[in-house]
Amino acid sequence: MRPVEPVRHPLWVRLTHWVGAGAFVALGVSGVAILLALPRLFWGETGANDAPAWIVLPLPVNLEQTGWGRNLHFLAAWIFVLSGALYLAAALVSGHLFRRLAPERDQLRPGHLAGELRAHLRLRPPVPASGRERYNALQKLAYLAVLLVLAPVMLLSGLTMSPGVTAAYPELFTLFGGRQSARTVHFLAATLLVAFLLVHLWQVAANRPLRLLRGMITGRTGRTTEET
Amino acid sequence: MADISRRGWLVGASTLGLAPWLGGCEPIEGGPSRPGLYGLSDTLTLATQRFLLRDQPLAREFPPEAISKIFPTINTTDPDNPDYRRSKATGFSDWRLPVSGLVERPTAFSLAALKAMPARTQVTLHSCEQGWSAIGGWTGVPLSHVLASCGLKPEARFIVIRTVDGWWDSYDLFDALHPQTILAYGMNGGDLPVAHGAPVRLRVERQLGYKSLKYLASIEATDRVSGIGQGRGSMVSQLGFSWYAGI
Repeated sequence: MRPVEPVRHPLWVRLTHWVGAGAFVALGVSGVAILLALPRLFWGETGANDAPAWIVLPLPVNLEQTGWGRNLHFLAAWIFVLSGALYLAAALVSGHLFRRLAPERDQLRPGHLAGELRAHLRLRPPVPASGRERYNALQKLAYLAVLLVLAPVMLLSGLTMSPGVTAAYPELFTLFGGRQSARTVHFLAATLLVAFLLVHLWQVAANRPLRLLRGMITGRTGRTTEET
Repeated sequence: MADISRRGWLVGASTLGLAPWLGGCEPIEGGPSRPGLYGLSDTLTLATQRFLLRDQPLAREFPPEAISKIFPTINTTDPDNPDYRRSKATGFSDWRLPVSGLVERPTAFSLAALKAMPARTQVTLHSCEQGWSAIGGWTGVPLSHVLASCGLKPEARFIVIRTVDGWWDSYDLFDALHPQTILAYGMNGGDLPVAHGAPVRLRVERQLGYKSLKYLASIEATDRVSGIGQGRGSMVSQLGFSWYAGI
């Protein structure tokens, strides 16, 4: 079996990673700015300050942050969506998605998954697999969940809040069960993405951060031969 | 750059659907402009939505039972303009809505004259940029009908609307002539309440609530809005919001 070159990231991965990371931070900050105008969540079509809310978030109400929040949010959304689409297209065409991110058969065995889970819960490095380096199954599943579930849900629930887009595609309202439901789903999916980011950052910090950072910036792992 | 070569670029690019990108901050000729990156993302949004809406679909409409019990009112809820107060005291019988600019027959419409025109009732979802949304029923005359009755000139491209409380906004004909763009004098089966913009407010259903101006004072047809105010196309864009509010 040819050893897969371990953590050498191609240029398009590194580029879309960092562009996406910057846009993600901008989306998060501006999203909170927009949320502060009405930090309450509802299900269905309608919702307002005086209407019964599903959740009242413990955030200060601030109506003055909406303008810049919206400007930055939509600029960052364009950047995030375009770079994300570029990434997905390249990942599909190059086979990256299946080669690097799809869990392999042996990784999906219940015994293996349970072992990985135990290792993660004990904060130990996962069991090294058969001499070649690859992402562990939980890591792969997390990446795939972000790419194929959370990111599309964010985009679609965001677009469901757009009166222009929904005039063209009213099906979006049906998909989410109303505009306020889409807003709530947008918030919940954003929360999961932030949770992913925190775990992602922690994993980097806990696993030789300089080497991993260098790998994602220059593409080189900086590994020496005896390490390989 | 020579104007002719720039025009050549735009014509060439528009065949590829790229004109809005290159036009950058002025996506519609003579339209509002916005500098910088936000101008670019506004333009991308406008160009994309114009493509999605190219067949002029209607915004979703609801049955009357869906009308919300709670419909927030924001910004002005009772203008303190003396003329407005006097007019309100007479039930708006002396209220007039002048339509001027690039029209064959400038006309000042009374409330009764607007009510005598063909009416449209639409129950729609109002979405505010603050995040709330509510369903309301609106009755009024399509703006397209009012403009046609004044003889809108072919060179008109934009409709500028001003309000009693000093607000103003502009709409290109794509939105101004849309069937659901109405001058509403009725809400939920009754007269339009003062808090919601009496006697007449605008409804622009495919954009956020801030484009649906309340307390209309005048309507003007123009060929460009680039010369009005700061050239941003509306009061709210001078405060940092997007002129186009389809998102």
